[in-house]
Amino acid sequence: MPMGKTTDQRLLLLHEFDNVRVATSRLHAGEHIVIDGASALLVADVPIGHKLARWDIEANDKIVKYGAPIGVATTRIEVGSHVHVHNVRSDYTPTYHLEDVRIRSGGAS
Amino acid sequence: MRGYLRADGRKGIRNTIVVVYLVECAHHVAREIVTSFRDRDVHVIGFPGCYPNSYAETMLERLCTHPNVGAVLLVSLGCESFNKYKLAQTVRDSGRPVQTIVIQGSGGTRKSITEGQAFVAMQRARLDAMETVEMGNHELIVGTVCGGSDGTSGITGNPAAGRAFDLLVDDGAACIFEETGELIGCEHIMADRALTPELGAILEASVAKAARYYAALGYGSFAAGNAEGGLTTIEEKSMGAYAKSGAAPISGLIKPGDIPPRGGLYLLDVVPDGEVRWGFPNINDNAEIAELIACGSHAVLFVTGRGSVVGSAISPVVKICANPETYRRMGDDMDVDAGRIMEGKATLDQVGREIRDLVVALGQGQRTRSEELGHQEFILTYKSFEPIGPACLPAA
Repeated sequence: MPMGKTTDQRLLLLHEFDNVRVATSRLHAGEHIVIDGASALLVADVPIGHKLARWDIEANDKIVKYGAPIGVATTRIEVGSHVHVHNVRSDYTPTYHLEDVRIRSGGAS
Repeated sequence: MRGYLRADGRKGIRNTIVVVYLVECAHHVAREIVTSFRDRDVHVIGFPGCYPNSYAETMLERLCTHPNVGAVLLVSLGCESFNKYKLAQTVRDSGRPVQTIVIQGSGGTRKSITEGQAFVAMQRARLDAMETVEMGNHELIVGTVCGGSDGTSGITGNPAAGRAFDLLVDDGAACIFEETGELIGCEHIMADRALTPELGAILEASVAKAARYYAALGYGSFAAGNAEGGLTTIEEKSMGAYAKSGAAPISGLIKPGDIPPRGGLYLLDVVPDGEVRWGFPNINDNAEIAELIACGSHAVLFVTGRGSVVGSAISPVVKICANPETYRRMGDDMDVDAGRIMEGKATLDQVGREIRDLVVALGQGQRTRSEELGHQEFILTYKSFEPIGPACLPAA
């Protein structure tokens, strides 16, 4: 595991078992970030409190946050990618969300 | 702290008059009576339904005899099924003044409002002259709820509220956390904290019940704004919500209207028993807050990430803002800036102490932001519960 590898200080690790980090402030589209030693280009804004993959996550892998499973990857998620409702599903009940195109283009909070 | 001593020995940190509509048809009259006493601790609560419901009757009995309440005015249209006689008797038995206005008997809207205003004016003068007594932290009951949660809630506000709970439990207070539908995925770690294995099994069963209930309804306890704020699944939201409970052992499971028998940490089971009948367990945050207050909560800690503005009738709501961006936008509505934790400007322990100190200050005359802004939200809908068994309160 890439513990100890360099990471952007704005990316919070909540538990050593986690395969995601949490943005502690808004990250902007076009930024290059470093996460657990890997480099990634952000294709869209990542609002505060959202998650990024610490390494490549395969489809059907558990997403782990707080050291606990919080859902399953529905597709392959590359390191540094936004981990959210478009690539994760609940093991319990489907997540209801409103699609706002401004999120992907970075305009919504 | 200074408290208002009630005949049953409990003490309140507020001395509020509640005006209670017993069916929606009496809501306007109740609201008009209260409007003329704006900012003078006169609140509207009530039940909109015309059909009888024992849960709603229990809720209003507990709320009308809450230690923060000093006098009660019931407003009935006259033909609704709510048992106004039993509610009035319960309030009388508690030693509080109570009057029932029946709109159909009083001669309509205008006469009922005038009659109600006279009662409230008289009681307000009496309550304003009431002496307070010394009150200790061990006499407090404090609830916690989260609403408008986002990806910051489980990192800052909720665990900070949990630290405040740990301090309050150490002081001997009773602390109540809730929303079993937002503990899905946490049931096993939670059960390990129960005082007895039997209680642990009951805690697990309450979450299983919630999961079944929500599955039947097709939606989890999860709003669109939760996803916009970075929460991806109900189990992720649950892990964050669970942090509000702190680290104390869990002393019991209670249901709406059950008052914790002693200090300690309690889980409030808010999901109805039996078949799915009444729709969503709690249709919004205020339904949960009303239940925490019906369990005797003197104050409620409300953690929000997206930015809720609500308060409540009867008990002050302390708004803990988890998200630093939200705090910068909506600081006027917030009592605690827990987003400082996210920015490395404060620790969980510091904010936890700040929350505990603020709760104590509420018992020394301080008002919350939502109180100052006039928020007095209240909602009560149909539900049904079986009574809890002795294994739910092993230390009682």
